[in-house]
Formats: sequence, C-alpha cells, structure tokens
Amino acid sequence: MTPNKAFSEAINKHGVSRDSLLPVLQYVISKEQWLKEETMEEVAKAFGMSAAEVYGVATFYSFLDTEPRGRYVIRVCRTISCDMAGKKEIIESLKNELRVKTGETTPDGMFTLLETNCMGWCHKGPAMLVNDDVFTELTPDKAVAVIQEYREKSKQ
Amino acid sequence: MSNTDKNEILNKMQERVNLIFKNSDCSAILDKALTMKQDDIIKSVTDSGLRGRGGAGFPTGLKWKGAAAASGNIKYIICNADEGEPGTFKDRRILEEEADKVITGMAICAYAVGVSEGYIYLRGEYNFMKDKLQGECDKWNDKFKSKKLNFTVNVRSGAGAYVCGEETALIESMEGRRGEPRNKPPFPVGAGYMNEPTVVNNVETLAYVATIIDKGADYFKSIGTKDSMGGKVFSVSGDCAVKGIYELPLGMTMQEFVDLFGDGDTKAVQVGGASGTCVPRKNFATTVIGFEGVPTGGSMMLFNSKRSMFNALRNYLEFFEEESCGQCTPCRVGCQQLLKGIEAIRSGERPVSYIEELRKLAVTMSVASKCGLGQSVASPFNSITEHFREEICY
Ligand SMILES: Cc1cc2nc3c(=O)[nH]c(=O)nc-3n(C[C@H](O)[C@H](O)[C@H](O)COP(=O)(O)O)c2cc1C
Ligand code: SF4
Ligand code: FES
Repeated sequence: MTPNKAFSEAINKHGVSRDSLLPVLQYVISKEQWLKEETMEEVAKAFGMSAAEVYGVATFYSFLDTEPRGRYVIRVCRTISCDMAGKKEIIESLKNELRVKTGETTPDGMFTLLETNCMGWCHKGPAMLVNDDVFTELTPDKAVAVIQEYREKSKQ
Repeated sequence: MSNTDKNEILNKMQERVNLIFKNSDCSAILDKALTMKQDDIIKSVTDSGLRGRGGAGFPTGLKWKGAAAASGNIKYIICNADEGEPGTFKDRRILEEEADKVITGMAICAYAVGVSEGYIYLRGEYNFMKDKLQGECDKWNDKFKSKKLNFTVNVRSGAGAYVCGEETALIESMEGRRGEPRNKPPFPVGAGYMNEPTVVNNVETLAYVATIIDKGADYFKSIGTKDSMGGKVFSVSGDCAVKGIYELPLGMTMQEFVDLFGDGDTKAVQVGGASGTCVPRKNFATTVIGFEGVPTGGSMMLFNSKRSMFNALRNYLEFFEEESCGQCTPCRVGCQQLLKGIEAIRSGERPVSYIEELRKLAVTMSVASKCGLGQSVASPFNSITEHFREEICY
C-alpha cells in the first residue's frame, strides 16, 4: 500500500502523540475532504491505536467525515435564525442547481450538499460554508452564483 | 421612539461601556500586569466582579485563585472559542478584531496563576480565521520571550461538535478523544488538560481581563449592577430592527432591550441561545438581563408575532438531539422523546395533557444528566411550553 501523501505530510507537521490525533485528521480532511478506511488504518498504526478507536473518534465530529465527500463540501445552516431568514429557499435552489438531495454528492465528485448547525453568523443569515469559506446573507440566486464560482475555480 | 432616537440611545449605551472594541495598547497593558504582584492581579480580577462570559457565569477571580493554589507539573490556560451556542457570534468578532486583548488576557492569567502553555480552542466553523489567529499568537510568543514571560499560546481547532464547548469535553477533544464530558469533580482547575491544573475561560472573559488591568477594577464595577458588573457583548438576531454585535451594560430590562432592537412586534426573546430561557412579552418589563434575572452568554434571539414558537422549539430540540454526545441516558433518550413528544401532540397522536409528562421529563433531565447540555434542555422546553402552550399543542 502506498502511504497516503496527505497523511505523511500531516504526521511530519504534527507528530504522532495522542493529542495530535485531531490535528492530523483535520489536515487529511483539508486535503481530501473525507477519511478513507485505509487512511484511518494508517493513522491507527502510526498512533499505536486500533482502527476502531480512530473511527470512533472521527465519527464523533461532524467535520471529520468518514463517508465519501466531494471536493467542495457545502454546509447550509439550519438553525433557527437562518431558518427564519429563509434557509429553506437556499437549500431548494442548491438542490435544483446541483441535482442532488441533502446528504448527497454530485456524480462528478465536485459538490456535497449538507446541513449544519449554527455557524456563528446568525445576524447575517441565511449562511453557509463551502469547505472553510463563509457565505452570508444568501439569496437563492446568490447561492447558485457561489456554486458557479467554485466550478470556475476548479477548472483553473 | 424614532429610529434616530433609538440609534442615539444605542450609541450612548455602547459608549458607556466601550471596552472590548476600543483600541488599546495591549503590550503596555501586559507590561503593567508584569509589574504587579501575582496576588494583586487575582485580587483585582476578583474585585472587578467579573463573571465568566461563556454562559455559566462562574466568578473569574475565584477560578484563577483555585488554579494558582493547585499543584501540578505544568499549568495550562485554554481560551474557549468553541462558540457553538445557537444565536451566539460575538466571540468571532472579538477574535477577528481584538485578538490582542484575548491573548493579553491569557498572558495575564499565565503570569498570575503560573501557567506556561496556552491554547485557543477555535471551533471548526471559524477555520477561515485560523491562520491569521495563529499569526497573532506567533507575534505574541515573540513578545513574551522578549518580556521574559515563560508562556506560549497556540491555536487548536474543533471539528464540529457543540458539546466540545463544555470545558471537560473540550479537554477530551484536545487530548485526541471523542468530546465526551467528564464527571465533575475533579474540576479542570485541579485536573484538566493532561490531568494538570487548567484554567478554561471564554474569549470575552479574557478580553475583559485585559481591560480590567488597564482601567482598574473600580471602573469595571461602575458599569452594570451589583450582581452583574461590567459590560457584556450581545449577539442579537432574529426579527429585529437592528441586529449584530453590541457591547452594552448588564442590568437592562428586557423592555428596554426590545425597544432598542425589536421590530415593534416582538412577542418573545430567547435569551442565552437554544439552551437558554424564553421570555414572553408580558414579562419584558420585569425581566432583568443579567445574573439577577436571566443570565446569558449574550445570545438574544427575537421573535415577532408572525413566528411559530412550535417551530422554534422543534428547531432547538433537533439541535440538542443531534448534538447530545449520547453518553448518558437521560439526555440521549430525553432529547429524542421531547422532540417526538411535541410532534405527536401536534399531530393528535397524543393528547394535549401529554405536555405535562414531557415537562416532567425535562425536569428529570436537568437533574439526572451528566453535563450542562442535558441539564439545560429544560430551560427552553419548560419556558416555551409554559408561555406558548397553545402554539405548541394546537
Ligand atoms: C454544552 C455546553 C456548551 C458550551 N459551550 C461553550 C462555548 O462555546 N464557549 C464557552 O466559552 N463556554 C461554553 N460552555 C461553558 C464552558 O463549559 C465553561 O463554563 C466556560 O468556557 C468557562 O469560561 P468562563 O468562566 O470564562 O465563562 C459550554 C457549556 C456547555 C455545557
Ligand atoms: S448530558 Fe448529554 S451531552 Fe452531556 S454527557 Fe450526557 S449525553 Fe453527553
Ligand atoms: S443560526 Fe445560522 S449561523 Fe446561527
């Protein structure tokens, strides 16, 4: 098995002591968007833990995905202030544009559409994250424009 | 009140406090602290009356005193920047604009308590500012060296789990584990991160510490009320004429607050986020915003008469059901049952009287749950079902 490049970089940067587990997993996520089974096995070996334990830690955190994710993970805030500000229309327009349901990834592996809990922009809802980037005061059109931006970006 | 009048009052009130977002020379504040005796710093923080701004309101001076007296191989300070309580977003702005004050507050704690390592636990949703914040830390780490303060501070990120804002869950997470809260005692001040004495303070609390050292405890005390001293940074959202982040004195009545921020039709304010309390219009005049009335981490969500409180409560319960760590039964099962229960009453599957059983269940959760998450579900549940019973049941 060829060692995972992101993982090698991560342990070079953070080491393999237990308190580095989250930073290492987060680094892999930042490069690959989700944790593959092989990666978790590699992590387990390097940290001297069982793969089940690594899996147990990863599945606790909603940002440490253990299921396939697209290159751009969209998380639309579903909590009350964003809900009242029109979150539902945003989700609908994204579903239409991407032709997926919430929780799904586009067939080209580009986008995953998820919902998330309050992300700290309640006065500027509806809000969403695309990977680490924040978008606020969304309208259905603005949300679609954001998707188009990422499509363009991915071509570069 | 006209909008100009409102703005004028709001500006005056902000001007009255104006501590957190005011430019100040944090390097000079730290120098000043370093000339003081350690005990005098702790005394100053105690005298100021500062209480934790993360929601629980524990007196900061007392926490520091405990940590100073604790023995360990090393001591830690963790700045809690997990800010996951729905409706709260003030720590984000404080970190974006006033990281200097927060880091200075941490350094003052380091000096006063004998801490040598500090971490800012930044929620994953705030990754966008992580590099910039780490840059600030690096800059300060150099300063600490030149000031001969044995202290370093670095950023650690969360990964999307509300319960990790609870201080012992946060510590578990930093140690590379599932963020499941520990039993207390022992409290972190005695045995926290890596089992060593650890001070956990909210972002805003630490920024206020810097301003207390700068301006003195008496100045801080002169703002607010006897039980709620100082200013507070509020996160205002929902149906508002103005929304956003405002630093105001504690001790206002809800009526004053709603007159300034509401859209003229406010029927309820949820104070303190999903885990806080719902205040209905009829209680606005008699409710004080502060530790003597409704204590708050600063989240104020306003609802006008067009909103359904059933929707609000269901949204909160969905939040808790998902964010419960599942470690203890009252919370894991209780959150599910409360959510299913109000839906069943709504659909007619259960009689309206079932609401009383659910309210009792919420009280049981507040006694039997292991951590503040499960313990606090009764606050929104029982206040909303008390004041908006018809909306929940029919
Ligand atoms: C479920 C839960 C979530 C919490 N989230 C936060 C948070 O995001 N930020 C915070 O400062 N405190 C949070 N707290 C409170 C912390 O446990 C702790 O009391 C606080 O960080 C102490 O700092 P302070 O005394 O300066 O407020 C949370 C508590 C619970 C039970
Ligand atoms: S009360 Fe809830 S969140 Fe807290 S430990 Fe129990 S299950 Fe976990
Ligand atoms: S409710 Fe959506 S960001 Fe807070």
